[in-house]
Amino acid sequence: MAEKFDAIVVGAGPAGNAAAYTLAKSGLKVLQLERGEYPGSKNVQGAILYSDALEQIIPDFREDAPLERHLIEQRIWVLDDESYVGTHYRSNEFNKPPYNRYTIIRAQFDKWFSKKVQDAGALLICETTVRELLLDGERVIGVRTDREGGSIYADIVILADGVNSLLAKKAGFHPELKPRDVALAVKEIHFLPEATLESRFNVKADEGVVIEMAGKITRGMVGTGFLYTNRESLTLGVGCLLSDFKKMGISPYSLLERMKAHPAIAPLIEGGEMKEYCAHLIPEGGYNAMPPLFGDGWMIVGDAGMFVNSVHREGSNLAMTTGRLAAETVIDLAAAGMAMSKKNLVVYRHKLDATFVMKDLKKYKNMPAILEKNQQFFTEYPELLNRSAHALVTVDGVDKKTKEREIRKSFVAKRSPFGLLSDAWKLWRAFE
Amino acid sequence: MNKGMIKVEEKLFQNRYRVDAGRPHIQITNPEVCTVACKEKPCTFCCPAACYTQEGDGRVTLITDGCLECGTCRIICTEHQNVEWEYPRGGYGILFKFG
Repeated sequence: MAEKFDAIVVGAGPAGNAAAYTLAKSGLKVLQLERGEYPGSKNVQGAILYSDALEQIIPDFREDAPLERHLIEQRIWVLDDESYVGTHYRSNEFNKPPYNRYTIIRAQFDKWFSKKVQDAGALLICETTVRELLLDGERVIGVRTDREGGSIYADIVILADGVNSLLAKKAGFHPELKPRDVALAVKEIHFLPEATLESRFNVKADEGVVIEMAGKITRGMVGTGFLYTNRESLTLGVGCLLSDFKKMGISPYSLLERMKAHPAIAPLIEGGEMKEYCAHLIPEGGYNAMPPLFGDGWMIVGDAGMFVNSVHREGSNLAMTTGRLAAETVIDLAAAGMAMSKKNLVVYRHKLDATFVMKDLKKYKNMPAILEKNQQFFTEYPELLNRSAHALVTVDGVDKKTKEREIRKSFVAKRSPFGLLSDAWKLWRAFE
Repeated sequence: MNKGMIKVEEKLFQNRYRVDAGRPHIQITNPEVCTVACKEKPCTFCCPAACYTQEGDGRVTLITDGCLECGTCRIICTEHQNVEWEYPRGGYGILFKFG
């Protein structure tokens, strides 16, 4: 009595929901499996929603999606222990709908997205962990779950099972992740009255602010911190390469505590009530660390495929786009009566190559290696920048030319003329 | 170290869990390897929920009740590959209220 579906989607995050929604809407028979009690209960993100990727799937999502605040201001801070140097970009243009970016709370957002998937006709079964893929030779023919008699079959299995992607690993499609290819991020959510939050960040109702942070808050590790404003809460966290945590012997929660105590951050969260602490791995290995993305009877979407642009802090939009493109590939093959073979699924790769997904990942393919080997970008430069700013704005009777000479000397002393040139070259190469 | 431990327990106290009593989803394959072969024991400081503790006699003990299911311990143990890591049974484990 084993049941057979056109497609099985493993996971109900942004990638899995995008895939299942697109497949179900086309009329295919779709089963979606989720190990959490409800979609979102296992999922962690900062979280910022990028409208464009979702608009391609659900154009009128703004009508009922649980959105926190649309973002009108982006702050980028480079911190040392006492201070920060930063840029703030705030524009009234961000106040004109349709809004481009929103803060969201994933447990609520994923539930909403999942409702759309079910309304489109997909069958969702929660509280079900998929233990392994069922193979017939090289071909994936279904999944085995932890429920009794839990084998289910389909023409195609779409793996949207997140960064750990145990299923593809167990099937031998790709090896274990390396500590340098993932960032470990920890974060907390702090609740504050809406009015307090709005006056503290100088925003009106529905308007929000993002702060992205780099510098000594990561204590020399490759990583960044963030603070996002939700409707009546704010989310703040910090993430660094797992290989760096291992090397430096620093615990992630002590790093977070230190960040919260920073004199520029502590006043922003003061008086808030912490209601949840999360941890999550972010696949940051980039283009050079991507696993195979498809084979006979299977495809990988979202975090499981290392679809994250770590430089621009984008992931959920890549997840939704890869989920949609995988589904569109399946829909086209099914309509043409073609097999879900590795040979035919190469269309998925072509679709990915034609979009921002692969173009951006290719653009930054050297970034992970460059940052990993050059700690100075996270230690010496933030300190030099902050000390320079301090010298320039302190009025103490020293003439400006002397101050500038001192600043130049401090850079050369820390990095040497060759070091400075070489660092500039490396950064230019990384962003080229 | 102790101070860190107390802090993380306070954090985990805010979270919701459905613990699968008696069925830990992560296990140390061979405890001997942790005690003898592994010098740095990165799981004891990298795990964001401090599930791994280094005992006075060099042993590493694991209690998965506070696990955030991130995967860190499995990935940092690549040298010894001494962590058997599965997701909890469907419906069990961490239940993020906000995520």
